[in-house]
Amino acid sequence: MNRLHRFFRTPEAIAGAIILALLIVMALAAPLLFPGDPQAIAGPTLLPPFQDWSLPLGTDRLGRDVLAELFHGARTSLAVGLAAAAAALLIGSVIGTLAGFAGGLIDEVLMRITDAFQTVPSFLLALAFVSIVGPSLSVVVAAIALGAWTGPARVARAEVLSIRERDYVAGARVIGMHPLEIAFREVLPNALPPVLALSSVIVAAAILTEAALSFLGLGDPNRVTWGGMIAEGRAVLRTAPFLSVVPGIALMLTVLGVYLAGEGVVESTAVRRSLS
Amino acid sequence: MTRALRLLRRRVVGSVFVLLIVVIGSFLLLEAAPGDAVDAYIVSTGGDAGMIELLRHRWGLDQSELTRLANYLWALLHLDLGHSVTFSRPIREIIFERLPTTLILMGSATALSFGLGSALGIYAGARPGSVRDRFLSIGSLALYAVPGFWLGLVLIVIFAVDLRWLPIGGIETIAAGKTGVARVADIAIHLVLPVSALGFIYLALYLRMMRAGMAEAWRQDFILAARARGLPRRRIVFAHVARNALLPLVTMLGLQSAQMLGGSVVIESVFAVPGLGRLAQEAVAGRDTPLLLGIILVSAVLVVVINLLVDLAYAVLDPRVGAGEASA
Repeated sequence: MNRLHRFFRTPEAIAGAIILALLIVMALAAPLLFPGDPQAIAGPTLLPPFQDWSLPLGTDRLGRDVLAELFHGARTSLAVGLAAAAAALLIGSVIGTLAGFAGGLIDEVLMRITDAFQTVPSFLLALAFVSIVGPSLSVVVAAIALGAWTGPARVARAEVLSIRERDYVAGARVIGMHPLEIAFREVLPNALPPVLALSSVIVAAAILTEAALSFLGLGDPNRVTWGGMIAEGRAVLRTAPFLSVVPGIALMLTVLGVYLAGEGVVESTAVRRSLS
Repeated sequence: MTRALRLLRRRVVGSVFVLLIVVIGSFLLLEAAPGDAVDAYIVSTGGDAGMIELLRHRWGLDQSELTRLANYLWALLHLDLGHSVTFSRPIREIIFERLPTTLILMGSATALSFGLGSALGIYAGARPGSVRDRFLSIGSLALYAVPGFWLGLVLIVIFAVDLRWLPIGGIETIAAGKTGVARVADIAIHLVLPVSALGFIYLALYLRMMRAGMAEAWRQDFILAARARGLPRRRIVFAHVARNALLPLVTMLGLQSAQMLGGSVVIESVFAVPGLGRLAQEAVAGRDTPLLLGIILVSAVLVVVINLLVDLAYAVLDPRVGAGEASA
């Protein structure tokens, strides 16, 4: 049984994969299906959904096409989620490898810094960072990564601690490889699998954090975000609740899809390990 | 008990270093922020270049970075968090005024998610792999995927706008003049929706951890032994399986406290609850960086204290913890 086959064994993993695939299609198709500025006015204000088939999901308070915003919002959510998670995994695995491989004082200092980052609520840190540096897509990505790298760092360090005692590492030392070269070319790649197993949780958390930041008005003002759409709809919550409900459901399905697919991947590799 | 105290002492020493790093980090963020305290002051009061010069000198802002860091640390040691320009009051006063509200919100939400989460986790973990187990696993995952602020808005639409059962926001009825029990009841009614929104998000975490711990415990030899002795299933589930799975959840309580604090920022602004989280949002809106960093420092201290308490509770509950550290 190959790995792909094993992944598609549980209905949960299949559901997750379908949701993610739809989302990626949405994100890629957004500029093709809805060319032009999604924040441009497209029709009358506060048109309810399913009334006019040229605007299937209706319009918001300013007369913008909700469906177009939803598609473009998928781009932002996915881009920020993936970029922030990638940055967090990179920073975390580098710091974790350095701490675990160097040991001693370097280890102590790096781990206390990790503790400090875990002590500060990551959402507050992101809030402070964005409000000080100013909201833009890359700043939001950095702010989220800043609070998310500690988990990968701890896992990478624990893994490196066991790997550095292996024979091939001793062998690399004997042939005179530079310690940094050993750490990053021999040890780090072998420490990666358990670190990468965290990625679905980190992507999901990053998407939720981005949404919360946008909801509080700290997203990139030039981008459509689902969190921003919910905040927009909040002003007309009594009369047009669908404006907040629709992007919220999109967010929930996205995060759920990431979790389910991630669990499927972890489970399919775990089976492979127990068999080998 | 000396074992727990020894553990506590070791943790306190470590925590001091961690908090020092947090302080230095927040000082760096303060430095990175555009403008300083004098700029903020001048914007609100007005003044000429000579006055700016004078104020910079008087507030010690014309000194080197290291001196300023030392001044910052020295002030913090005296619990002086600085002055908020937006509120024109000492930051410490504002924060301590808002802190109790957030603590009540967090405490209630934690009790809800821990209590209901572990109860449902026991229910699911009593029969791993059953229909109800699968249903609860998926359901809790869906709940975990819901953005907290959105859940809050949906709860408002249902229970405050449509059904009109509960108030839409705030912490108590304004100018109702209620005192004593009536006031407590009023605050409790106002907290139902925010506590639910915050608590339900994290419920999944405890549920899944409890369930996973129980599924693991079922495979252990002592469970097999208990079944072989012919103990009733109910007794095995509660006294053996669940009891073993409960301990890691206590650790999670401490680790989750930082998350809860972060989550309360959005929940408090959705429900207009005047707590620390709402204050953070007001600080962002008013570009009041010293206030924002004051909130971060107080939150960090809070998280450290909660984790110390959890460690202590853990050491009391589990006699193995810290027993081997006498020589270390």
